[in-house]
Amino acid sequence: MFDDLNDIYSVFWADLRNLKRHWQPTVAGSLVLPLLYLAAFGYGLGRNTTIYGVSYLTFVIPGIVALTAFSTSYEGSSFKLQVDRIFYQSFDELLLSPISLGSIVAGKSLIGLIRGLISAISIILVGVIISPMLMISPLFIFVLIVSCFVFALFGVFVALVIDSHQRMSTFNNLVIVPMTFLCGTFFALNQMPDAAKAALYTLPLTHSSECLRASALGQPFPWLSLMALLGFGLIFFVGSVVALKKASV
Amino acid sequence: MKEFVLTENLTKRYGNVAAINELNLSINQGEVFGFLGPNGAGKTTTIRVMTTLTKPTSGSVQIGGFDVVKNALKVKKVIGVVQQHLSFDRDLTIRENMEFHARLHHLRPTERKRRINDLLDYVELSEFADRMIETLSGGMKKRAAIVSSLLHKPQLLFLDEPTAGLDTQSRRRLWDLIRQLNTDGTTIFLTTHYIEEAEALCGRVGIMHHGQLISLGTPMELRKQLGLVTVETLVDNKKTHYQYFTDRSAANLYAQSLPPETKTVIVRDSNLEDVFVEKTGEKVGDT
Repeated sequence: MFDDLNDIYSVFWADLRNLKRHWQPTVAGSLVLPLLYLAAFGYGLGRNTTIYGVSYLTFVIPGIVALTAFSTSYEGSSFKLQVDRIFYQSFDELLLSPISLGSIVAGKSLIGLIRGLISAISIILVGVIISPMLMISPLFIFVLIVSCFVFALFGVFVALVIDSHQRMSTFNNLVIVPMTFLCGTFFALNQMPDAAKAALYTLPLTHSSECLRASALGQPFPWLSLMALLGFGLIFFVGSVVALKKASV
Repeated sequence: MKEFVLTENLTKRYGNVAAINELNLSINQGEVFGFLGPNGAGKTTTIRVMTTLTKPTSGSVQIGGFDVVKNALKVKKVIGVVQQHLSFDRDLTIRENMEFHARLHHLRPTERKRRINDLLDYVELSEFADRMIETLSGGMKKRAAIVSSLLHKPQLLFLDEPTAGLDTQSRRRLWDLIRQLNTDGTTIFLTTHYIEEAEALCGRVGIMHHGQLISLGTPMELRKQLGLVTVETLVDNKKTHYQYFTDRSAANLYAQSLPPETKTVIVRDSNLEDVFVEKTGEKVGDT
């Protein structure tokens, strides 16, 4: 167990080193879009609107936190991994080292987790200043950590399964971008038709949005969604290990 | 000498194409073995299978007594690999890349630091240790890649086209490094397009073609099989014709018997390039 943790940190070490060197542009870049969403949807469109007894601004902030956690964690673990694997082929360095595939997957996801947390916490800080009603409880922090980890594993999985930059770009346009808007980030899913709602519950960001919003607004907590989120994490982890095994066939 | 690499009927198929076809090969501890062949011959696939990156379709490979499929982690501990493409992280310095490699191979912090400094000194890269990889010349990158792969003291080093694209000085410097590593006890498995490199470094060479090992032996043995002396003649100012002879007197007799209008007659020692061309039907560099 200790050896595995050591291996996971060793895999993470190179990405951490890189983040330390470039942390300012990396963090600043990941904050631009969420802050624009906050300005456009929160202040621009929803300033005078209330939903479920709270202002739309208060309602939308947990969704934007979920969106930030999702996009930054996913991009943080997928982009460099795919470039290193396909373009530079430097990912072979990991495959040639005497560590387990599980440690490689976990280690490569940690950079997404850390980047997602940094960006999401920055948005939370902005959020609690402009909307003091938000409750940042231990449960909220726990869900945020789980969300970032699951989304980072999702990024690792996608980077290992998709074999070209072109397909990656297509996948991002067809799946990732719609997810950021539709998974309960900017509106409550109750407003959606049943079929659309059922489809959206098959996506991890929906469950993350519901959990973060419920804990931030003091609503009944959707424990089933938390279980679903953990289930997605397990699926992405196992899927990534299988993808690595298949890569050597 | 003790056998360190052993392949038995090793086969790797991609669909109906056999990238490696029933390869039987053994390499002894302490050897420098050269693997030659045109592009697509199966050299890189063979290295990928031997280094656990690709699974064979059938047959087996034992490295240091460990099966590459069943004991992949143990195999990874005894091998070092320098791939044709640099497997360095472009966002890290040389020292950081070496530290990353050392961490992945479980070196303790004090040993890590000592080995990195020693190896950087060994290839005279200490003053460049904290520079980003992309700022170095091709020769420096290769030297850094080789010593990085030595951090965990592998018994067998795979070098895939180690001097491809390097200038003559850098290439000769790397040859000295490879010789030194071998003198220090490292077994070396080398693929190359440069025939003179194989002649300069390798105790034995194997020639691979269409996934099959078509020739195996010392450079001298292979030259003897072909004929130690070559006569080159230019026919119709267009095509060079090669004839091989067991000794120089037979070659000279043949050269003197040629009609006077035959142009550019050269009598010389045959070399591995002649063997390669005759066996594969392809000229080195055409591949």
